[in-house]
Amino acid sequence: MATNNVKKSDQKSGTKKSAETTVRIVTADHGPVSEIVIPALECQDVDVFYGSFRAVSDVNMAFGKNEITALIGPSGCGKSTLLRSLNRMNDLVDGARVTGSVTFHGENIYAPEVDAIEVRRRIGMVFQKPNPFPKSIYDNVAYGPRVIGMKPDNMDDLVEEALTQAALWDEVKDKLKQTAFGLSGGQQQRLCIARTIAVKPDIILMDEPCSALDPIATKRIEDLMLELTKDYTIVIVTHNMQQAARVADRTAFFTALPDETTGNRTGVLVEFDRTSEIFTNPKDVRTEDYISGRFG
Amino acid sequence: MTSLSQSNSLRGRVRGGDNSPLSMAFLFLLWFSVFFAFVFLLTLIVTTWIDGAARLDLRMFTEFPSSAPEDAGARPAILGSLMVISVTALFTLPLGIAAGIHLEEFANRRNWFNRAIELNVQNLAAVPSIVYGLLTLGALTAMGVRDKNIVIAGAMALSLLILPVVIIVTRESLRAVPLEIREGSLALGATPLQTLFRQTLPSAVPGIATGSILALSRALGEAAPLLILGALVFVSFDPNGLFSGYTTLPIQIFNWTGRPQEEFHVLAAATSIVLLGLLLAMNSIAITIRNRFQQRW
Repeated sequence: MATNNVKKSDQKSGTKKSAETTVRIVTADHGPVSEIVIPALECQDVDVFYGSFRAVSDVNMAFGKNEITALIGPSGCGKSTLLRSLNRMNDLVDGARVTGSVTFHGENIYAPEVDAIEVRRRIGMVFQKPNPFPKSIYDNVAYGPRVIGMKPDNMDDLVEEALTQAALWDEVKDKLKQTAFGLSGGQQQRLCIARTIAVKPDIILMDEPCSALDPIATKRIEDLMLELTKDYTIVIVTHNMQQAARVADRTAFFTALPDETTGNRTGVLVEFDRTSEIFTNPKDVRTEDYISGRFG
Repeated sequence: MTSLSQSNSLRGRVRGGDNSPLSMAFLFLLWFSVFFAFVFLLTLIVTTWIDGAARLDLRMFTEFPSSAPEDAGARPAILGSLMVISVTALFTLPLGIAAGIHLEEFANRRNWFNRAIELNVQNLAAVPSIVYGLLTLGALTAMGVRDKNIVIAGAMALSLLILPVVIIVTRESLRAVPLEIREGSLALGATPLQTLFRQTLPSAVPGIATGSILALSRALGEAAPLLILGALVFVSFDPNGLFSGYTTLPIQIFNWTGRPQEEFHVLAAATSIVLLGLLLAMNSIAITIRNRFQQRW
């Protein structure tokens, strides 16, 4: 399926090709990809389409194991779209498709024989708005292990472990049977992280996890993320550059450029580097403009 | 003085108080509409009660229809109504809920065929009940069924009548469950079916139950499609199976109203009270379910 799509876009026309070339030049010098010692996930020539609209173009980057990688950029630059294509959540959108490859444990997650359900189990996701299930705190955490058929020796221990890792255990240990809707926004988001941890994924994708939270709750989530890198690889989309600077080992800056043939704006990766480099010594003028607040 | 008048005017605004003649006229019109509807309902209930209360006794529930009004009762009609409506529920609920789930959760909305079905379901909900009676009559004739005045045939006509309504309420209840809940479940590695049965559907059940009960109470009050199918108007036996002859409360009321004797008109009014009571009970159950179990997001 994916290869078919590649062929199709290649066949389309010469003008299309020139547009792709433009995009490629733009994204040519983005990456010390080789510097990442053990990549947990690797994107090669990733394009994401919604119908005929190309939302993200030609992304090549890797996410280091046990590192936090931040995706930053102005609204509409495709960073959330890219994030959702990393665990095949985009499959759920009618008309969405991905070309190129996303390699996870040596396998392209878009290969036809790969089961999207299994991909999502191994690569978890935390959403922008805390989305606890209308169940008890305990059942929220136990839901994942139950549906994927994990047979832990003791579910109570598993729930406690996940809530402890998510730095929520002490606050909720006396009210596990109460509804999750009774928690504050920050607690709900940590519950969603606990829920994700409970199925023991390799990678956790976070789509602006703090945008609905106050600064104190944000700080707690950020501390938690740093703590979680011991066991997990984290990819976070954020609108908050300070947040990227505080937590991320590496940062990728995306922007939206008009496609030369269609004029539609498509997201491209401009620069990908160590966070310190991006924020102190950006190579691309657009990155510099964005992080210094001149644009976006 | 100024501060007081200011606070008064502020309160007026908070309550929506715009004093221009046009808005006052509109407000009056709204009140009148509510009043009209209420008076209409009250008149109906009170006059029915006055007419029928005299015969609302045990005979109503235990006796069969009779040519002697003082011996007549609506027992077979009550049993027939309950039976037909139960079979209708058995037909409609699985089919309607499954169709609603498919259209809302699984069908590709960009496909023209699915969009055509969607539009037609909406239209079917507005088709007059007599048309469904005729449709069932035609279908049964084509199948070679001679006796069409049987419970299962009546239930089929009523199922066709309320199926679109059940499909629509199922879809709307599912749509009220936030997308984030589905995404949260799928992102944990749950399959779409697990997500449906463990998250989406349980959250939608109160809405589906409420809507389905209201649809069934509409079917309970229908006479036209059953009359077309030749439902009996004078039944002196209890319906005893899917292929048994039957009558229902609206048909019984229709029959007694058409008799010349005044006593039968009283009986018709009394039967109407029973039907109204049944409808009220069903609607109360629906409202109770909605208030008790509805999920607020």
